[in-house]
Amino acid sequence: MFGLTAKNTRLLFLVIFLVAFAPFLMNPFPADSAMAQFNAGYPDLMQRFVIFGIFAIGFNILFGLTGYLSFGHAAFLGVGSYAGVWMFKLLGMNVIPAIAASVLVAGLLSVVIGYICLRRSGIYFSILTLAFAQMMFALAASVLTPITGGETGLTLSLSDPRILGAAAVDGNIPVPSFFGLEMRSTYELAVGGWSFSFNTGYYFCAIIMVLAFYASIRIFQSPFGLMLRAIKTNQTRLNYTGLNSRPYTLAAFVISGMYAGLAGGLMVAMDPLAGAERMFWTASGEVVIMTILGGAGTMIGPVLGAGAIKYMENIVSKINKAVLEQWFAFMPDGMEKAFVTVFDMFTGKGWHLTLGVVFMLVIIFLPGGLVEGGQRIKGLFSRKKAQDTPSDAAKTPAE
Amino acid sequence: MAILEIKNVGKRFGGLQALGDVNLSVAENTVHAIIGPNGAGKSTLLNCLVGKLIPDTGSVTFQGQSLLGRKPHEINQMGVSRVFQTPEIFADLTVMENIMIPCFAHRDGSFKMNAFAAVRGQGDIKDQAEAILDDVNMLEKRDMHAASLSRGDKRRLEMAMCLVQEPKLLLLDEPTAGMARADTNNTIDLLKEIKEKRDITMAIIEHDMHVVFSMAERITVLAQGTPLVEDTPDNIKGHPKVREAYLGEAQV
Ligand SMILES: Nc1ncnc2c1ncn2[C@@H]1O[C@H](COP(=O)(O)OP(=O)(O)O)[C@@H](O)[C@H]1O
Ligand SMILES: [Mg+2]
Repeated sequence: MFGLTAKNTRLLFLVIFLVAFAPFLMNPFPADSAMAQFNAGYPDLMQRFVIFGIFAIGFNILFGLTGYLSFGHAAFLGVGSYAGVWMFKLLGMNVIPAIAASVLVAGLLSVVIGYICLRRSGIYFSILTLAFAQMMFALAASVLTPITGGETGLTLSLSDPRILGAAAVDGNIPVPSFFGLEMRSTYELAVGGWSFSFNTGYYFCAIIMVLAFYASIRIFQSPFGLMLRAIKTNQTRLNYTGLNSRPYTLAAFVISGMYAGLAGGLMVAMDPLAGAERMFWTASGEVVIMTILGGAGTMIGPVLGAGAIKYMENIVSKINKAVLEQWFAFMPDGMEKAFVTVFDMFTGKGWHLTLGVVFMLVIIFLPGGLVEGGQRIKGLFSRKKAQDTPSDAAKTPAE
Repeated sequence: MAILEIKNVGKRFGGLQALGDVNLSVAENTVHAIIGPNGAGKSTLLNCLVGKLIPDTGSVTFQGQSLLGRKPHEINQMGVSRVFQTPEIFADLTVMENIMIPCFAHRDGSFKMNAFAAVRGQGDIKDQAEAILDDVNMLEKRDMHAASLSRGDKRRLEMAMCLVQEPKLLLLDEPTAGMARADTNNTIDLLKEIKEKRDITMAIIEHDMHVVFSMAERITVLAQGTPLVEDTPDNIKGHPKVREAYLGEAQV
């Protein structure tokens, strides 16, 4: 369906299902229960899931398919954010021109950076992209302060022109909207002890993520995608087969840069401010980790990786000492202290440690990322089934 | 008429003169074998033809156009395909995908931004790829990963990848090395069959004299970077200088 293979259509519907019902799926625990802190179904976080999902989907088109590991993709996200905020300042609060500008500006910048960095491959390419992104960060934080707001960041103000819309509404700065539909508006649904939030901004981002995911599947199964995979496995053969690898890698680089710009644009559509820290090298590293954690080169892996990391960042980091003491209150005093001390290293501010351990475990035991984990679990089940019906198994040993 | 003209080509690697002063012309629609002991500079000569190396001196022209300074993909698009001494294939892709890539290159040129077309939807490419796989008896291996093929199959796959592009000039660097005798004979038959079907020139480097003498119309003997003699197979067989320099006590 939609020009996809049956398997990829199922994948697309799975993603549509997950994002459509995320407000329920992410809030499985009653709001006043002890487990409520594991709920992730609040608008802010759900928006981040899908926005970083888009960022990682795009990154995977470059890294997963061609193997070119960029360490500077946050620069495109940051530039996209600035472009979006400027549209809000100059034109008005409709998110469409803002997002269009984000994608466009990020795309243009990635043409330039990609053209230069793709002269080298391997580690030299990675270092070049890193150097560029850090230069962009330094520029944004200092020299370009009139455009970027420097270290305080770029924010809206009442004196902005907004030539296509109102500069102020009731004396306040207006909020981002999709033709009047405010991104921040949320419908709360309370069922029993549960409460679910349906946020306009989230669903706006979710629809765009589904479209972005669909486009990525199309690229994966296209001749263009095949050439990108060929570049990853043997660029020499590709060149001696009459194909010019440079425009292919550049196209992949620009597409992934535009995805990053789109993510940056959506970020400011949800919360209209942009800061230089969005371009810092750790932000570039984060999307690398998301993609590898989920499964580089797989279609759904980056989405899972982005979700897993944002979940840890927001949920594990909220488990502070007080919460831990509550958890281990049933233990004898000395034991409780020991447990709290150990766990505290991994939770709250220490969530990075948890991320590091999880990342290492995945890389060592599941080099194909979370997707490989899923496949192995599926494999276990089908092997069990095969054992139950040995006659079938004998007929189809490959299954 | 010469399709490939190599004039006064020389190439040094540091202190080593890999190619001295090579003059060689390959006539159109012939099979021209280049033989010589290991380290004679045969692969280096091919590298100078396909844009991998730029010779220090001399000129290389293909159909009257200079090849020097052109990129590998440009030379391929002019109609020159090469089979490498160690097989260069897309190891992580399936056999079918390996074959489809040169088909796309042949049909669409060196770059085409077809990111929304589906590979599955390309009927003509699929037919071409299946036909050539059938020719090299690898159709039943179409869904295998290229990395898991045997050495002989990897060579045949690479040869099929070159042949499917219908090159004007096919450069083969020891195409039957590592193949079983039966596979070697199949390869000879395949190349002869292709040759009968359409216009193609082949320059073939080979150690297996059985292959050389059953295919070649001209033979150049290369030793220490310089052509020793060039002649017909019959004359080469009896040539005293050749026996001495290369064939030695070999059974010819
Ligand atoms: N890239 C290179 N750098 C340095 N020396 C090389 C290089 N390629 C080939 N040589 C040397 O040039 C000589 C000819 O090599 P080659 O052309 O591979 O021989 P043949 O294919 O006839 O066996 C050898 O001595 C080899 O070591
Ligand atoms: Mg050689």
